[in-house]
Amino acid sequence: MGVLAAVFNLNHPAHTVDWHFIHLSVANVVVIGLMFVVFALAIALPFPGAQRRRRANK
Amino acid sequence: MSVAEPPGVAPGRGAGEREPASWTARVREAAVDVLPPEKLLPDGQPTYVASWIYVFGVASIASLVVIIASGSILALKGPAWWHYTGVGHFLNSIHLWAVELFFFVMVVHLWGKYWMAAWRGGRIRVWITGAIIFLIAIPTALTGYVSQQNFDSQWISTQAKDAMNSVGIGAFFNVTNFGQMYSWHVLLLPIAVVALVAAHVLLVRTHGVVPPFELEKRLERAGAHAGGVTGGAGDDTGAGEGDGSGAAA
Repeated sequence: MGVLAAVFNLNHPAHTVDWHFIHLSVANVVVIGLMFVVFALAIALPFPGAQRRRRANK
Repeated sequence: MSVAEPPGVAPGRGAGEREPASWTARVREAAVDVLPPEKLLPDGQPTYVASWIYVFGVASIASLVVIIASGSILALKGPAWWHYTGVGHFLNSIHLWAVELFFFVMVVHLWGKYWMAAWRGGRIRVWITGAIIFLIAIPTALTGYVSQQNFDSQWISTQAKDAMNSVGIGAFFNVTNFGQMYSWHVLLLPIAVVALVAAHVLLVRTHGVVPPFELEKRLERAGAHAGGVTGGAGDDTGAGEGDGSGAAA
């Protein structure tokens, strides 16, 4: 608990990203960014056994 | 002398035109017609399902199971337990992070299905139930945040009440009323989410996982659209092992 508290100092107002009407906390921006990364990886990375299954069905 | 009819058959009907007398038999037969056991619990998947983008639906369900299980324990033990004991803190954190994961994977699932236009082939109800689940999950999470019984929940509820009042629902959806919010959070909204998830999965089983655009075009060219794309696709175009009704993805 002490180690985590040292890494994430929450004893201040949240840092935010502001652009026109958009107002997001940095934490939420990080999560949204991670969702884009995971989405891209899910499309790009090969699924284990996919090639074998395709060959088996030819 | 009358001939005895088989059990469950209306009197006066022959075996060839059998109509069950019992409503339970009629419901059962209708259910089996719509969703036969081999489609409900298939033993093969279409080859196109072998992609990471198809795992986020079942990942959402896995997260939901953890949410329901941890939430049930929290509800049984109560606020003093989840605030003042080590195990209570742990279960509280499991519940929170399972919700974070649920939304994360559900949004990626939604993006994936949006870009593959998963409402194709008569799957509009699959899409609509999924969208409604997402919309209902938001107030389910909000009512959880305002049910924490700490300063965080007080802050969130006093901020949220302005939003509720601005859209005219603050009179009967009072986010500063713990009892009301707790009832929404542990009973009404979870029932709605779980029921809709069940309907969503059964609809996926009924219609099958939506095939890729490319495969659908090939099947249309092959003249197999009617029986292939919506129900089965067993050629070498990439949908071989199953019948197109494979995963709850």
